[in-house]
Amino acid sequence: MFSDMFQKLWANGVIQLGIWQTVYMTVLSTAVAYVIGLPLGVLLCVTDKGGIHPIGWLNKLVGVIVNIFRSIPFIILMVAMLPVAKLVVGTSLGNSAMIVMLIIAAAPYVARMVESSLKEVKPGVIEAAQAMGTPEFSIIRKVLIPEAKPSLITGSVISMVTILGYSAMAGTIGGTGLGQIAITYGYQRQKTDIIWVCVVLTIVIVQLIQEFGMRIVQKTDKRVSH
Amino acid sequence: MIELKQLSKVYNPGSANPVVALQDISLTIADGEIFGIIGLSGAGKSTLVRCINLLEKPTSGSVLLDGRDLTKLTPKELLLARRSIGMIFQDFNLLEQRTVLRNVLYPLEIAHTPRQDAVKRARELLQLVGLSEKENAYPSQLSGGQKQRVAIARALATKPRYLLCDEATSALDPNTTQSILDLLQQINRTLQVTIVVITHEMKVIDRICTKVAVIDQSRIAETGRVSDVFVNPQSQIARELILQKERQPGEIRQGRRIRIVFDGTTSYRPVISELVLACQAPVNIMLADTRDVGGVAYGHMVVELPADVRQQEKITAWLKTSGITYNEEA
Repeated sequence: MFSDMFQKLWANGVIQLGIWQTVYMTVLSTAVAYVIGLPLGVLLCVTDKGGIHPIGWLNKLVGVIVNIFRSIPFIILMVAMLPVAKLVVGTSLGNSAMIVMLIIAAAPYVARMVESSLKEVKPGVIEAAQAMGTPEFSIIRKVLIPEAKPSLITGSVISMVTILGYSAMAGTIGGTGLGQIAITYGYQRQKTDIIWVCVVLTIVIVQLIQEFGMRIVQKTDKRVSH
Repeated sequence: MIELKQLSKVYNPGSANPVVALQDISLTIADGEIFGIIGLSGAGKSTLVRCINLLEKPTSGSVLLDGRDLTKLTPKELLLARRSIGMIFQDFNLLEQRTVLRNVLYPLEIAHTPRQDAVKRARELLQLVGLSEKENAYPSQLSGGQKQRVAIARALATKPRYLLCDEATSALDPNTTQSILDLLQQINRTLQVTIVVITHEMKVIDRICTKVAVIDQSRIAETGRVSDVFVNPQSQIARELILQKERQPGEIRQGRRIRIVFDGTTSYRPVISELVLACQAPVNIMLADTRDVGGVAYGHMVVELPADVRQQEKITAWLKTSGITYNEEA
């Protein structure tokens, strides 16, 4: 039922490697995107008017930069950012370069996700913390982030799935993983079965991320009695 | 002692539509008091209480806490000062992702209290509010009254001398309200904590407060001892709040109406019976309400006098000679 091409790829471990590369790129990019996006999200939330430390101009500035990156379609951003990748990792080809691109695309997205999660924290709880004489940084560390934790984790699951989608696109300009396999073997050589195998594998990975993530959320969220 | 001096708060000052929330508020809250601030919604009472711990920065005027002007403090000093003023809220504002014990520990963490002392203190407080068995529960597992008890324990953790209560019982049912009010009274008496109570409910003032300020349209309309204000409200707003507008007699009227006031000395006398017997004139009771304020019965009664003017005069003369306060019902 599968083509010779597929059987050859499977026997040589190309598809298995593709799965690994996809997972690796996704997880690593998400992690680094959070290292950049989380502080940015906190900044967006805290400096907003009505935030705990409003700074109008800074909020606007960061907001505009984030919006610019978010409004460029990933496929275009990727090509445009190739020089940046070369600057950071010394090459504009391969997984390392793709990871740089994924991070550039994902960090602003993550920043917005984080911002919206933090804004879900009830203003009254923040006010209570202020009434107890909590310094601003401690409000972030002890109130905003812990109280928003379940929502932050939900957000990270959504981000990771989005980044997984981006990683497949990276296959078109020299990335590796399931996206690249689907394009080079499936699309360019017209082996439909390979495209479908890649699609199904991607779906499975997404389901696993989603399922695993939601379990963690359920475990962490103390708002539902159990 | 908390002193507010010529306090005012204007939102969006200098803009096209500034909103005046507080105007020329001066109040003195002495140590040991339970001071009630009552007003209708939008009167400015929530802003007022937030000016005491500077969650809202007053536009002008000063807030003196034991003589120290909080509006002149540096941000750092203000954080420290706030730890001596506890606060509880209508919707409790507990940290939902922390257990009961860790909620009470929160202000102690902020104050860098050593862990062991902090846990000991938190457990004492949970015992005080009667929630020792719930220390590992999460807020979502508690009832409203229990949540407010946790909030009270949390507010008291840093041993504040003042406790601000912003509509603390407004989200609770009458029984729970009573138990929370009892707890506040107990805290006031045993821990010598001065309590400021913001409410729109007369019964809250009635039950626990020693002094009351009535706030209306951003200003203090009236202030004084609860018993005085209750017996003889001077301002229109106080009359409305205390005599409860919705329970005022209806508009269908024939004769003259007077309000007889029981000031604590006459309330056990059968005044109406005596009046009817002495004057040989029927009166129609339109509304009657008495209450226990600090162990003394206070109340008022609205009666409609007969249409005959001579009988009316007879009745008012009898009231005067009997030393019973009354005023004309407009």
